[in-house]
Amino acid sequence: MAMFLIRRIGHGILVLWLISVAVFALFFVAPSNVAQTLAGRQGTPETIALIKHRLGLDLPVWQQYLHFLGNAVKGNLGYDYYHQVPVTHIIGQALPITVSLALGAAVLWLALGVFNGVISATHPRSLADRGLTLFALFFYSFPSFLLGLLLLYFLYFRLTLSGFGWFPAGGYAPLAGGIGPWFQHLLLPWVALALLLAATYTRLTRGSMLDVLGEDYIRTARSKGIRESRVVVVHGLRSALTPVVTQFGIDLGQLIGGVVVTETVFSLPGLGQTAVTAINQQDLPVIIGIVLFASAAVVVANILVDIGYAVLDPRVRLH
Amino acid sequence: MALLQVRDLKVSFDTPDGTVRAVRGLSFDVEAGQTLAVVGESGSGKSVATQTITGLTRGAKVSGTAYFDGTDLITADQATLRRLRGAQIGMIFQDPLSSLHPQYRIGWQIVEMIRAHDLTISKQAARKRAAELLTLVGIPRAAERIDDYPHQFSGGMRQRVMIAMAMALDPALLIADEPTTALDVTVQAQVLNVMRRLQEQFGTAIILITHDLGVVAEMADEVVVMYAGAVMERAPRRDIFYRNHHPYTQGLLASLPARSEDRLTPIPGTPPSLISLPKGCPFAARCSHVFDKCSEPPPLTDVGGDPRHQSACWLPHDVNEAVAS
Repeated sequence: MAMFLIRRIGHGILVLWLISVAVFALFFVAPSNVAQTLAGRQGTPETIALIKHRLGLDLPVWQQYLHFLGNAVKGNLGYDYYHQVPVTHIIGQALPITVSLALGAAVLWLALGVFNGVISATHPRSLADRGLTLFALFFYSFPSFLLGLLLLYFLYFRLTLSGFGWFPAGGYAPLAGGIGPWFQHLLLPWVALALLLAATYTRLTRGSMLDVLGEDYIRTARSKGIRESRVVVVHGLRSALTPVVTQFGIDLGQLIGGVVVTETVFSLPGLGQTAVTAINQQDLPVIIGIVLFASAAVVVANILVDIGYAVLDPRVRLH
Repeated sequence: MALLQVRDLKVSFDTPDGTVRAVRGLSFDVEAGQTLAVVGESGSGKSVATQTITGLTRGAKVSGTAYFDGTDLITADQATLRRLRGAQIGMIFQDPLSSLHPQYRIGWQIVEMIRAHDLTISKQAARKRAAELLTLVGIPRAAERIDDYPHQFSGGMRQRVMIAMAMALDPALLIADEPTTALDVTVQAQVLNVMRRLQEQFGTAIILITHDLGVVAEMADEVVVMYAGAVMERAPRRDIFYRNHHPYTQGLLASLPARSEDRLTPIPGTPPSLISLPKGCPFAARCSHVFDKCSEPPPLTDVGGDPRHQSACWLPHDVNEAVAS
């Protein structure tokens, strides 16, 4: 187990390093006009040169990179070009929003996906199965921004016009300001994100569950005379959940790094939206910071998935 | 009356290719404490028949009766069957490697079985009982191994665990569906020994499904030979081996390895499709004795005036000794 962790963390650091190199290289391949933008329309070449010098943009790329790397190792991801705010602070501001969005949606999509998948698998080819499959595929193939906009149109715009101002138009209310407003602001984004992802989980659970229900040990469970509900949940779902947990870890890891579309539609200033703004402004330190953070989230999620795998299945040994 | 009395059991499945008639009019009795061997090759309907009786077949059309201790299992509802399964009818299956849940400890699996039918038994008591059962089936250091997972046991040991679980509630009937097929020959004998020992100790009746006539010789009191979903011959064990009548039974015996011959004698051809069965005897196409009469379905009739020995074959029923020798 210790060896496994050391090896996987080592791999993770290697991955993060490669990503930082790649992002740095990409940024300098594209033409940059950060200094120009900062200097404004009337900025003289001298001003621009001064700004470049201040930001370290006049140094050779490899020096800039080493400078970044040296600071990053000490936990300093640099400062954004425009307001000189520490990147770690920017991430710290945006992260709770993205985490709130991702975790809340995760609860919804897991519950929805696993429940529907089990119903589908225990009643294969029934009306319920077909209906749930249709439901899943419908939202799966639905563009996520459109789903968000439709939810906003009906549940915010039309409802508010009719005098029911239950949902805000968007934005975020921190949990510190009370659970009510937080919940109110996040419910629609949760639903939009969860409906999209629930489809994958419905299909995954259904397929995995159908495989498991055909296993010999399920027949053994039935031959023991235990209740069918217990056969399905305790014996069937227990085994069928393994691929679901894997997928869940990977999805959650990805979402923690930012949910671009949903955050944008619902004006949630999470990591996704922050990253989009940073890209538009060519704000390299912020871009790199968020990309590295998102990559780290995926790497950590993958390690956790493998550990979860060993916890779920006693036959799996980590080494 | 017999412990289990099956009469004219028919099981069929609707498939896109047509109706598969897996069991076509099966009748047999199992007496308390006795062993009935059901013999036949793959697809002869032997497993389907017993799984249907215990309510484990899904999506099948079933007719006939199967009286177990006064209850007709065919018309009984799932709740009744569920209460019988495990408590009155224990089951073990072919592949011990896949028959135990890989993610639960074996002790947990046996305790679940015990407490599924009697919640008044405490977890501690059930666990103690599980350890006793494991000792009983010959698992060394049972008290320690009770917390091991199935993959920590060999195939033979896992089948012993299955037997311990199936026998946990002292069922009146044990259905063993090819219990030794997946095991090494030396381990087979040990597992059969365990079954026989427990049968003597608890007085359990056994339905032993097998295609291995060696196992039949070892274990059976009565034998039913099935082919294409129907009974070809039924007889006490000795008669099956020494006074058999049906050419299919003879074919099965001839295909056994014997020390005197160096080559096996297989039965030529393959079993008929269960979707489009021939009108007459289902074995006719592979039978070396086939004649005109075989295009009509042969009834199951007594051989040599003995009602315990019946054969579904048009060959004269008084020449059986001449044929067998």
